[in-house]
Amino acid sequence: MIAYIIRRLLIAIPTILVLIVASFFLMHFAPGGPFTSERPLPPQVLANIEARYGLDQPLWKQLYDYLFNIIVHFDFGPSFKFKDRDVNDIIAQGFPISFTYGSLSFLAATSVGVSLGIAAAIRHNTWIDYFAVGLGIAAQALPNFIMGPILILTFTLWLGLLPGGGWNGGQWQYLIMPVIALSTSYMGSIARITRSSMLEVMSSNFIRTARAKGLPTRILIWRHALKPTLLPVVSYLGPVFVYVLTGSVFVDMYFSTGGLGQAYVGSALSRDYAVLLGVTILYGTLTVVVNLLTDLAYAWFDPKIRY
Amino acid sequence: MNMQTRLLIAGFLSSTFIASAAMAGGTHPTTGEALADDQTFTYRILDEHSSVDPQVVEDVSGSEIVRDLFEGLMSQDQDGNLVPGVATGYTTNDAKDVYTFTLRDDAKWSNGDPVLASDFVFGWKRAVDPELSSPYSWFMELMSIENAAAIIAGEKPVDDLGVTAIDDRTLEVRLSAALPYFPQMTTHSTTFPAPQKVIAQHGDAWTKPGNIVSNGAYVLTEHLPQERSVRERNVMYWDNEHTIVEKVVALVINDENVALTRYLAGELDRTEVPAGQYPRLQQEYPAQAISFPRLCSYYYTFNLSEDGPEAFKDPRVRQALSLAVDRKIITEKILAGGQPEAYTFAPEATAGFTVPQVEMSAMTQAERDSLARELLAEAGYGPDNPLTFNMIYNTSESHKKIAVALGQMWKQKLGVQTDLGNLEWKVFLETRGNQDFDLARGAWCGDYNEASTFLDLLQSNSGYNDGKFQNDRVDELLATAKTADNTTKLYTEVEQILAQESPIIPIYHYAGVYMMDSDVGNWPVNNVEQNWYSKNLYKIAE
Repeated sequence: MIAYIIRRLLIAIPTILVLIVASFFLMHFAPGGPFTSERPLPPQVLANIEARYGLDQPLWKQLYDYLFNIIVHFDFGPSFKFKDRDVNDIIAQGFPISFTYGSLSFLAATSVGVSLGIAAAIRHNTWIDYFAVGLGIAAQALPNFIMGPILILTFTLWLGLLPGGGWNGGQWQYLIMPVIALSTSYMGSIARITRSSMLEVMSSNFIRTARAKGLPTRILIWRHALKPTLLPVVSYLGPVFVYVLTGSVFVDMYFSTGGLGQAYVGSALSRDYAVLLGVTILYGTLTVVVNLLTDLAYAWFDPKIRY
Repeated sequence: MNMQTRLLIAGFLSSTFIASAAMAGGTHPTTGEALADDQTFTYRILDEHSSVDPQVVEDVSGSEIVRDLFEGLMSQDQDGNLVPGVATGYTTNDAKDVYTFTLRDDAKWSNGDPVLASDFVFGWKRAVDPELSSPYSWFMELMSIENAAAIIAGEKPVDDLGVTAIDDRTLEVRLSAALPYFPQMTTHSTTFPAPQKVIAQHGDAWTKPGNIVSNGAYVLTEHLPQERSVRERNVMYWDNEHTIVEKVVALVINDENVALTRYLAGELDRTEVPAGQYPRLQQEYPAQAISFPRLCSYYYTFNLSEDGPEAFKDPRVRQALSLAVDRKIITEKILAGGQPEAYTFAPEATAGFTVPQVEMSAMTQAERDSLARELLAEAGYGPDNPLTFNMIYNTSESHKKIAVALGQMWKQKLGVQTDLGNLEWKVFLETRGNQDFDLARGAWCGDYNEASTFLDLLQSNSGYNDGKFQNDRVDELLATAKTADNTTKLYTEVEQILAQESPIIPIYHYAGVYMMDSDVGNWPVNNVEQNWYSKNLYKIAE
């Protein structure tokens, strides 16, 4: 097990390096640059700016300097667009925000989704099932960019209960709408996956055997059915976890939360190379770590899996 | 308000000890309106500002903040006229190439230090310093300051810049060419002073709240990137006693519909009206939905370079396409925000610019359409030989609607086939800059309030002339206008040539279309550049 974890972490290093190099070149090959603007800068002014940020160097040299600064100084470079801040600043400011509303959304989506799915499966073909399935489909059909405006209209304009946006250090009033908007569609998916997985498990041989020896339903579900039911859910949750943790551009856009999602998409649009790469590396590292955790979780959920 | 009334008010205020803080909740000193207790002005900005460093800032929302935080030599009043800022006035020599500004002796930085001529010298040298590499360093070149171009090019040391502090209160500027509108340019943020001591102490972090020291009516007290920034009254400001608004909050809200919802929920005092929603809002909130002309033009440019299509080399084709555009449909049905239709490049709102009578504007749309058909037929295009070309625009709902409408108008009226290309912003800029298009969207907002800020775009060697229009007479007229006292005749002729040659299709001039809370007093609707200063605003008691 320990050897497995070490091996996986070692593989992660070249993976992330490849990610950096590929993103670096893709980014530089995209048309336009950070200083392309509606008012083209006079060549001399542009040259001064490019010299300042080292963009006048050959690409391999830029890549080398970039990696060197990350590895030696843990410095991800300056932002080309937000000149008062650097990439470390931007991540340090945005990531805690994304992390807060992301992990709350993850908890909400998982707990509500799994409960709904289980309820639907054990009351198969009753009104509870239909209600849960209906709710799940409706939730899944409501992506956050639809939920955002609906929530703001309802809770801010019509009911006047919640502030329409902002973060304010993460006070609860400011958290409710982002969390609902981000978790709804995942909740729907989780409910559906849980339900179908549970139905399958409930009709399998070992459950039939357990039933035959007279085990009460409650123990049957908690002790025997739950773990195998959750296995496909866990494989779905891994990527979802990374996605919600790193923020959502729509949540940031609609609720002005100041998270990393908006910074990421914004940096791609404005060709803010250093910010784009910095956030990509963060996302990549998180993905690698969470994938590893997911794989380890499999072993816990299914004793047949061994590393 | 002239100087005399200003003095009278100042005298009145000091004699009765009505300090500024006591004004909140009182009445406005000149209009007598009851003032609100809470003097906070909250407005929406589309995107996070790029910087609050006066020499570095390059975006509109950043400049708005910088104009509150810092004060330049001159400022603008409600109508865009020049008024004294840190300078009380200036003199110039006969050749108009040396300007001498006298600085007021009560101007202070927010840390209490006096604002000296050397602070301007420092700021201006900073602006051209290749080491800072300001994206607006070209503005100092545009101002024709002696040696600016050579310093930016790294050919001369920064200290050679033609600006000198004669003494603490006297600033001398030497220009490489006569520039009658030089003082107007000192309202631009690039020319604001910079606090040398503070920058030396904090380096790049000097603009962070807590570190920043500024000389304007406000200081930056809070900045939460992508969320909001807050600026509060600077008690050290020389005219602090006339400042009424205590606190200004800029909220970053990317989505304009969400911004409108939050405005309607009472969270904002000002927001932009999304395209097409103005008529409804005006009906529902007549006192709050406002529209006023802006100094911007929306147009399409033909590619007249060698890479451009052969058909566009014929002025009749270009004119036919321009004639067939029903601008009324675009301004009234698509945008519906009170935007004026455009038949000339420079907007009517431009100072000292009389819109010349061009033939097209006097015709009815039916007359234009039939003339367009005639011209296109003469040029050899018709059902047997249909004109086809591509047109590009950058991603945006309203650009798309306009492009579709244009394509449809040309198809119905002239049988022209268009191929629409929607490009992401940076790709769009690169494609247009490389003349890799047939017809491209363009928009321009004036850098200063004079027609040349628009017309210069069509000068043969202008870096902004993406359509590569070349006309010797236009170049000659624009060159003459630079130093002419009366430019009306010159600009009229330029616009007439543009109407005849049609290198561009002017479509509409922008309007500032806002929802503005009716308790906001003194918004400068007549300032077409929309250079607004929070110190001139006030909140009326509801």
